[in-house]
Amino acid sequence: MDTTRTLLKKLSRRNEPYIFLVLLALCLLIEFRSGQFFSSNNLVDIASALIVPGLFAIGTFLVIISGGIDVSFPALASLSMYATTKYLLDINYQGGVWAAILMALVIGALLGAFNGLFIGYFKLPALIVTLGSSSVFKGIMQGALNSKQLTIIPSGMRNWGTSAIFTARNPVSGLTSRMPVAFIAFVIVLLFVFFILKYTMFGRGIYAIGGSEVSAHRAGFNVVRTKVVMYIMVGMIASLAGVIRACMMQQAHPTNMLGMEMNIIAGVVLGGTAITGGRGTLLGCMLGTLLIVIVENSMILLGIPTSYRSVFTGAMIIIGTGISAYQVMHMNKTHSKRTKSKEAA
Amino acid sequence: MSESLLETVGIYKSFVGVQALKNVSFSMQPGEIHCLAGENGSGKSTLIKVISGVYTPDAGHIEFQGKQYKKISPIDAINNGIQVIYQDFSVFPNLTVMENLAFNNELAEGRRLVNWKRMKSIAEEALSKINVSIDLDAYVGTLSVAEKQMIAISRALMQDARLIIMDEPTTALTKKEVTNLFEIITQLKAQGIATLFVSHKLNEVFEISERFTILRSGEVVASGATSDLDDRKFSFYMTGREFEKRNFKAENVSKNPIFRAEKAGLSNHFSDISFSLRQGEIIGITGLLDSGRTELALSMFGVRPIDKGTFFVDEKPVSIRSPRDAINYDIGYVPEDRLSEGLFLSQSIADNIVISKIDQLTKKAGVLDKEQRSKEVARWVENLAIATPDANNASQTLSGGNQQRIVLAKWLACNPRILVMNGPTVGVDIGSKHDIHGILHDLAKNGIGIIIFSDDLPEVIENCSRILVMKNGTIVTELSPENTDEKMILSYML
Repeated sequence: MDTTRTLLKKLSRRNEPYIFLVLLALCLLIEFRSGQFFSSNNLVDIASALIVPGLFAIGTFLVIISGGIDVSFPALASLSMYATTKYLLDINYQGGVWAAILMALVIGALLGAFNGLFIGYFKLPALIVTLGSSSVFKGIMQGALNSKQLTIIPSGMRNWGTSAIFTARNPVSGLTSRMPVAFIAFVIVLLFVFFILKYTMFGRGIYAIGGSEVSAHRAGFNVVRTKVVMYIMVGMIASLAGVIRACMMQQAHPTNMLGMEMNIIAGVVLGGTAITGGRGTLLGCMLGTLLIVIVENSMILLGIPTSYRSVFTGAMIIIGTGISAYQVMHMNKTHSKRTKSKEAA
Repeated sequence: MSESLLETVGIYKSFVGVQALKNVSFSMQPGEIHCLAGENGSGKSTLIKVISGVYTPDAGHIEFQGKQYKKISPIDAINNGIQVIYQDFSVFPNLTVMENLAFNNELAEGRRLVNWKRMKSIAEEALSKINVSIDLDAYVGTLSVAEKQMIAISRALMQDARLIIMDEPTTALTKKEVTNLFEIITQLKAQGIATLFVSHKLNEVFEISERFTILRSGEVVASGATSDLDDRKFSFYMTGREFEKRNFKAENVSKNPIFRAEKAGLSNHFSDISFSLRQGEIIGITGLLDSGRTELALSMFGVRPIDKGTFFVDEKPVSIRSPRDAINYDIGYVPEDRLSEGLFLSQSIADNIVISKIDQLTKKAGVLDKEQRSKEVARWVENLAIATPDANNASQTLSGGNQQRIVLAKWLACNPRILVMNGPTVGVDIGSKHDIHGILHDLAKNGIGIIIFSDDLPEVIENCSRILVMKNGTIVTELSPENTDEKMILSYML
């Protein structure tokens, strides 16, 4: 009894349960209105819609935890995806998807290192650097690569994009949805980053730097190296997301990922990640992203015109961040009370 | 004589044009508690950084347990058992106590993976070294200042420290917490660990240290056993000036009170507060941090309006619901934390001085009268001897003492009749402190009623004509400074 009470108390101080409840309420509302939400094909659709934003969110989460912010990842992902696809088309590559993924990862690492160099080594503010690099990446794509929509992608990518782990079929409507193999890639990255953050000194270093960079340096963390390596990782994750997106859409579109950064950052913050850095969990980050994805995808089931989607997303963000802000306020209050009573004692 | 733990011999260090340290030699024995004192800018921090290897001296050398070092790196210093506890404690507010305690150890051993079990045992061991118990799963950001300090100390001890350097460790601690800290320092001494205690607070120097070294303008002006030191000598060494003790005597006290509180109360903070202030008086209100004194000060200025009782100005009941109201009744307020409440640090000294009477410095169309403004500024810079080459410099370029003078000037410019001073000399060096006290005495003589809220007991005894002691939100006694000493006030406070 006592342990459950302390557990409940602990949970009430965290953000995830609130997000989870909001998420659940939204799902039930949609289900109640449409009767379609918990149908197997809709769930699979949502899972498959989560893959790309989910990967972006993982990268953004890492950056925000370290006390930075990254607005360049859509441009970075577009550039490495586009360069990869174009090169493989040019050499008329006929092999499997692994070459595309590998190549995108290498390009992503290089572009990430570019961000990391300026942010970590030259200690420039992350927002300015990524605003700049975002333009640079877009420029390279449009100038050097002369980008336009590629409606044909290499066969390896095309086949991988349409292959499914399983297919869900809605018995009522007869609609089917495929669960893409890419979902496995997403789960692997998620588990990998979870492990890094929880069980490596490098991962704890990211949290430490987000808490206090000076303290991290004094404690003996290699702040510069940690940051550079982290931005390389983020570049690779974003590039993977870019390739997956191209595979799933069966075409390489140079601009349609641009502009995603704000919703992704919103999802991460909605999940309880402190925008000031150092605080947040991967679980919360995923819940927040899922919430955004569901709002974006399921408004139609509620009978709300898609043109009102951004109003809803915006409202979601304000309410969500409002809840966490209220919580912080509440925590501070109980804390000051606690010290007061201590001093009196 | 036993071999000394640490010796600095003829250290010189300069930064672009400024000689920060001149021929500084001092030494410490194992297990010694040594106090390093000096005003702001005297070179204390530079010396600490030389000892801990952050700066390389221009000349001179450091000896550690007999070994000579021309220059040492921070790692050398740590390997020699030197640990610095900075004022910000170098903690991670977003992480748990456990991680804060264990990180240094894990990093020093070059670990790449995290073993939460081992981290826990390291953290437990660290806390057991100074016999404190803090919840290992709590986030450090939710702890009190004192608890954070305990974490910094026990973390330092994990690295086989032989000398712990504490940079102004008592600044944000309550009286009780200071006592705890001193107990721990004494415990460390018993284990043979020396402490270099950096402070500019007289009473702490006397209470804890066995030997002292005082720096002034980068030079050692005095060093020796604390038992040979008294407060006159201490002030002289610190500032190079002789201060006569001037106890305040109220003169020309008006017959009727200028301000009176009757059964004033603010729920959860204070209740049933009654006192009166007459023109020409300086009264002191003292008490512990949680006694409600700060809230009472804020209530008088309308920041936290009272919800019970009444305030009277000139024996007429008044309602002070906001700082505007207070200003209209000629009440001025000098806040406790001048950095966040009293000054626009990045704005010029001149703008800060005229801000509160800016309405009166305008011409007809609401345009600022520049001539009037500079006259007003020049008057106060001169009257309060604010040391600045140009009143258009930003306020943050000044020392704490001079900043406090600006805050004072700001209020005096509005001709207040009642001046509420909350911690008038917190963080101000001895010289300026003395000057500010002098200014207050003169103000009182000119008919202003002054209330000093302070827990600096010597300050209260020296400068007030009456002392009210608060405890748990009520006034427990009124004392007269002539037949009161610090011990007696303390006994009422605790």
